[in-house]
Amino acid sequence: MLFFLSFVVFLIGLYCVVAKKNLLKIVMGIVIMEYAVNFFLVLLGYRMGGVAPIITKGIKEAKFVDPLPQAMVLTAIVISIATLAFIVAICIRIYQRYHTFDITEIKRLKG
Amino acid sequence: MNIIPLFVAIPLGAAFILALLGKKETVSDILVNSAALCLAILSIVLIPFLRDNGVFVYTMGRWLPPKGINLVLDGLSLLMLIVINSIAFFATLYSVSYMKRFTAKSRFYSLFMLMVAGMNGVVLTGDFFNLFVFLEIASIASYALVAFGVEAEELEAAFKYMVMSSIASILILFSVGLLYGLTGSLNMADISEIIQGKHNLLLSFSLVLFLAGFGLKAAIIPFHAWLPDAHPSAPAPISAMLSGVLIKALGVYTIMRVFFNVYGMNIQLGWTFMILGVISMVGGGILALRQTDFKRLLAYSSISQIGYILIGLGCGNYWGLLGALFHLFNHATFKALLFLNSGAVEYTTGTRKLDEMGGLSKVMPVTGTTSTIGSLSISGIPPFNGFWSKLFIIIGLIQAGYLVLAGITVLASVLTLAYYLRVQRFVFFGKLREKWAQIKEVPKVMCVSMIALAIICIGTGILFYPLIKVILGPAIAVLQEGTKYSLLILGGMK
Amino acid sequence: MNPLKNAEKGMTIIVKTIAKFIVPPIILFGVYMILHGHLTPGGGFPGGVIMASAFILLTLAFGKEVASQKLRRSTASLLESTGALIFLSLALLGIVVGGWFFLNFLPKGHPLKILSAGFIPLANIGIGIKVGGGIFAVFLTLAIFRVFPKK
Repeated sequence: MLFFLSFVVFLIGLYCVVAKKNLLKIVMGIVIMEYAVNFFLVLLGYRMGGVAPIITKGIKEAKFVDPLPQAMVLTAIVISIATLAFIVAICIRIYQRYHTFDITEIKRLKG
Repeated sequence: MNIIPLFVAIPLGAAFILALLGKKETVSDILVNSAALCLAILSIVLIPFLRDNGVFVYTMGRWLPPKGINLVLDGLSLLMLIVINSIAFFATLYSVSYMKRFTAKSRFYSLFMLMVAGMNGVVLTGDFFNLFVFLEIASIASYALVAFGVEAEELEAAFKYMVMSSIASILILFSVGLLYGLTGSLNMADISEIIQGKHNLLLSFSLVLFLAGFGLKAAIIPFHAWLPDAHPSAPAPISAMLSGVLIKALGVYTIMRVFFNVYGMNIQLGWTFMILGVISMVGGGILALRQTDFKRLLAYSSISQIGYILIGLGCGNYWGLLGALFHLFNHATFKALLFLNSGAVEYTTGTRKLDEMGGLSKVMPVTGTTSTIGSLSISGIPPFNGFWSKLFIIIGLIQAGYLVLAGITVLASVLTLAYYLRVQRFVFFGKLREKWAQIKEVPKVMCVSMIALAIICIGTGILFYPLIKVILGPAIAVLQEGTKYSLLILGGMK
Repeated sequence: MNPLKNAEKGMTIIVKTIAKFIVPPIILFGVYMILHGHLTPGGGFPGGVIMASAFILLTLAFGKEVASQKLRRSTASLLESTGALIFLSLALLGIVVGGWFFLNFLPKGHPLKILSAGFIPLANIGIGIKVGGGIFAVFLTLAIFRVFPKK
């Protein structure tokens, strides 16, 4: 059931990218979509009754949740930081040139 | 054997060393050109290596697959490596004098090397999450390169490109996660073994997500809206790399690897590719007819030529695959040549509009001649190389029995010839205007790149048979054996 | 002029006093997380971000001139490139020593001690330096940029 929730969050992010007119709201839509995909990946690793996959001294046999999706999500979060830094820098430069954040006015390239 | 990880390690090292000590211009020029030349030579050295050893699986850190990450060198990877590294070398040679008017040249080279490292990683890897990471490295480097000269239109084009490409990467990550949840492994060969013969709704959904994600990167017609804005706005060597190599290494190569070797081709996938190919071919051609900007016309033409490659792939028989892979190689050379020519025209005249130019071949002979060679090649005139690749695709379509599609392909060829003749007439022939009478030819270094690419166009047109035997043959074998790829990779391990 | 008493830049005196006390423990916690990356959750990436966030706290509390004096933007870029080159040379040393790229060639001691698991602590240090320097450089670049409104 929670997989369905991650898909709903993804669709909310997609709605923000498609329907909003402010540049920064489009960027927030992309961030929401990335959050939904990371959530979906971590949820894939859950095992019923599992504990966090850390080996400590006392524990002999324990049921760990799957650590591989957690490693994937760590890398994906770092990649999305880099993308976000670039997009925000481009937005600041666009404001410097066009003096607006409204995408209906930033339309010099056509045809 | 240890040459294979050097394809990723050398450009990464060069990128970070350039960021450290790139203050003097000559040091950074020499460093980046020697790194690119080294990579190009290494990729050609691997041809006899592949012929002697067959498919080579390089396990990183000696961890065996399916738990470890492996790099796979087979015929298809070798073809892509040769294309990427040679065009990268010509582009860096060209940008020694083209990028003089931008101030941050060492940053440019650093980002360029990062993009080459990402693309080399994408074509060499055998693991899905590794593919995603290298895809992102190449994409993020290309976002920054498109916005390099910070004019208003370049920033708008870079924003559009960034948003659509980020959505593509998110879709691809979603699909990799779905495949992991269904099969429990991330290795391409392992997944291909597990999903053979299974029909599951989620498996089809992951296939569709992959098609959407990689199709966005390859600029097929429903997903093409970023390309006509991004490719003209980039500086000319970057346009050559983007249009000639990036959309193929990140889009078409990954489609081939995932759909031929992991999922397995069947008739419905073949028809999907052919329909998408036809729409791209015809749509790109018609939209290119009414353009007045030189580079924007070349960008629409790229969409059209990627359509040709997809039709050849969808066909599935030997001639179709041969035509598609040969057209991939050819399009890299002549599209890079045409973009470098448009950069040379912009360097001397400062404009990209077709109706302001005229008669430039009198004052710029090298650019004019190489541009004519490039235009004739892309239109499919014998004896240049475009003719053979388009002929093979048409033979493949006729052999498979799709005569209507073959006819549409021939008509699209005629359309291509029409708009390229229009470009040549407006830019290079005709009457010379007075304001262009004083300009001179571009500097020698830029001429060397353009002449070398033109020689490759003519050379592969005449000597195409050795090229097919040595390089394209193993690549087609990889695609034709399809899902037996997994037996090759894992069979060597057990 | 004493940055603590300069009341125009940065935030109020309460924030400045607390920030003065808490920045060293934040850096210490970042170093702990980087060094114990193979034993506890964390590692290079979050440790580097925590170290960068200590400098970001300095920027927010005291203004960007003070933070630029402590760690200049060019030094942060230099740290970033050095961290990446450390990581890449560790991977290439695998070829020189053992014959495979990324081979774990240092001795792996007893599990759960800090000096175990081959070169993974060294790789974590390289990544931590790179990420910390990179994120602080990005933050300074975005904070220094001035956009003048249309007249």
